[in-house]
Amino acid sequence: MDYVPALARWIHFLAGVMWIGLLYYFNFVQVPALKAATADGTGAGITKHVAPRALLYFRWAAVVTWLAGATLLSDKFVDAFTFRHGMAGIGMGAWLGTIMLFNVWVLIWPNQQKILGLKPATDEEKNKARRVAFLASRTNTMLSIPMLFFMAGGWSHRAIFGL
Amino acid sequence: MKNPLDSLWGTIISGLVLTVILYFVVKSLLG
Repeated sequence: MDYVPALARWIHFLAGVMWIGLLYYFNFVQVPALKAATADGTGAGITKHVAPRALLYFRWAAVVTWLAGATLLSDKFVDAFTFRHGMAGIGMGAWLGTIMLFNVWVLIWPNQQKILGLKPATDEEKNKARRVAFLASRTNTMLSIPMLFFMAGGWSHRAIFGL
Repeated sequence: MKNPLDSLWGTIISGLVLTVILYFVVKSLLG
């Protein structure tokens, strides 16, 4: 059924744009904006109305991206994750995406719940959560650079890069 | 030493360096 990989690729791109787009929004826009807004006492609007919505789409887009990517790999899934049979390029992209998904659900989201007051936490716990969520988000931004290289070029243009 | 991830430029440069390193890792995996 050729339409399954075609639809999976389309959904993988749609969800991936939303996931990485929101990741870049957090890192390039919201974090510096919140710093400035906190300084003049206008940060509540962002933390109350913007961040929870952005995080909702962010974390579920990550899941959809991964699932669509796994569907796309299909019977090459194991070859990609074990770097076998010429699948090392896309496999590296898949591993980076998987590490990023782990960071979203295990490090970013639970700590953001504490920061935004969705989960009870002391001030000390909030400060620690802030640092962990920030570094996990920055780590994902860093990992997105090689991830997109291997996703974009690791399979379809692998010959150009000698992969 | 300052954590490069504390700045946006440090994050981007780290990502680019990591891309080069992983490129050679993948090339060696492919033989």
